Amino acid sequence: MNSPERSRSLFRFAAPHNFYPLAGRLAPWFATAALVLTVAGLWLGFFVAPTDATQGEVYRVIFIHVPAAWMSMFVYLVMAFWSAVGLVMNTRLSFIMSQALAPTGAMFCFVALWTGALWGKPTWGAYWVWDARLTSQLLLLFLYFGFIALTRAIEDPRRADRAGAIIALVGAVNVPIIYFSVQWWNTLHQGASVSLNKAPSMATTMLLGMLVMAIAAWMYTIAVVLWRARSMILERERHTEWVGAVLEREAQGGRA
Amino acid sequence: MQWESWSAFWNMGGAAYFVWGSYGVTFALMALELVLVLRRRKDTITRLLRWRRAVGKDSARGSAKEGGTPVPAMESET
Repeated sequence: MNSPERSRSLFRFAAPHNFYPLAGRLAPWFATAALVLTVAGLWLGFFVAPTDATQGEVYRVIFIHVPAAWMSMFVYLVMAFWSAVGLVMNTRLSFIMSQALAPTGAMFCFVALWTGALWGKPTWGAYWVWDARLTSQLLLLFLYFGFIALTRAIEDPRRADRAGAIIALVGAVNVPIIYFSVQWWNTLHQGASVSLNKAPSMATTMLLGMLVMAIAAWMYTIAVVLWRARSMILERERHTEWVGAVLEREAQGGRA
Repeated sequence: MQWESWSAFWNMGGAAYFVWGSYGVTFALMALELVLVLRRRKDTITRLLRWRRAVGKDSARGSAKEGGTPVPAMESET
């Protein structure tokens, strides 16, 4: 079962007792990268990027609004992906990853709505309008809350995993609706400033600041999710000997 | 450099409330999430250690559904 080829393969990290120490080693690096990139991104966003010709300074909300909105959509897709893997392959770690992602996705979803509201007031004259982009993003927040509430309400972890996976998969339909809403419907929200098939409609330094902040959000998400997944793994694998050993080491003040 | 002075920077061309309201809430939420995640780890370890001592190391290893001495239910997760 544990042939050398097999244990060297990447798939061995699908086993919680291999993933747990790996996550513990990697998370601090992602957290450090997040910190460095956030400082760089804020510097670009506040001190290098010029004042916007039409919006003045308020546009600087973009450096968190867009990365947060991207993360909120992408994290949901990753959750749906892990849910699908979990349902098909019945791997414990997939469901853990999907549930470890949800609170961070919900946080970024709220941030996207909050910063959008604070940006909307001075530019559109309203904190909130029921347009397609805003409404579908609000629905995404409710999908996150529904997923979190459902997986926590069901006591049997296997049933909770499956019920959550179904919400994650069904709700994933909403993500392309959010993304394309500005093209499909006549919305107050502006179209994409950055897309694959045309030149970005903004100054290079603005774009750069936004991209650096987006990568920082990525790094932050990975670090936090790895840390959260570690606690969930200990919880779920508490009957195993290796968790027993980890706990004894922790009790003696050691690091695992 | 985009700003004539620090006060001009903090004023954000009159949009201070909107800009700093966005950044403030975002970083506060991220800090809160980090605190919650680190606290969850501490709580999990404390709770599982207590649980292991309560059930005894050997029966902690066996699964609850095997019968015999039932493993006490875990305190609910928070």
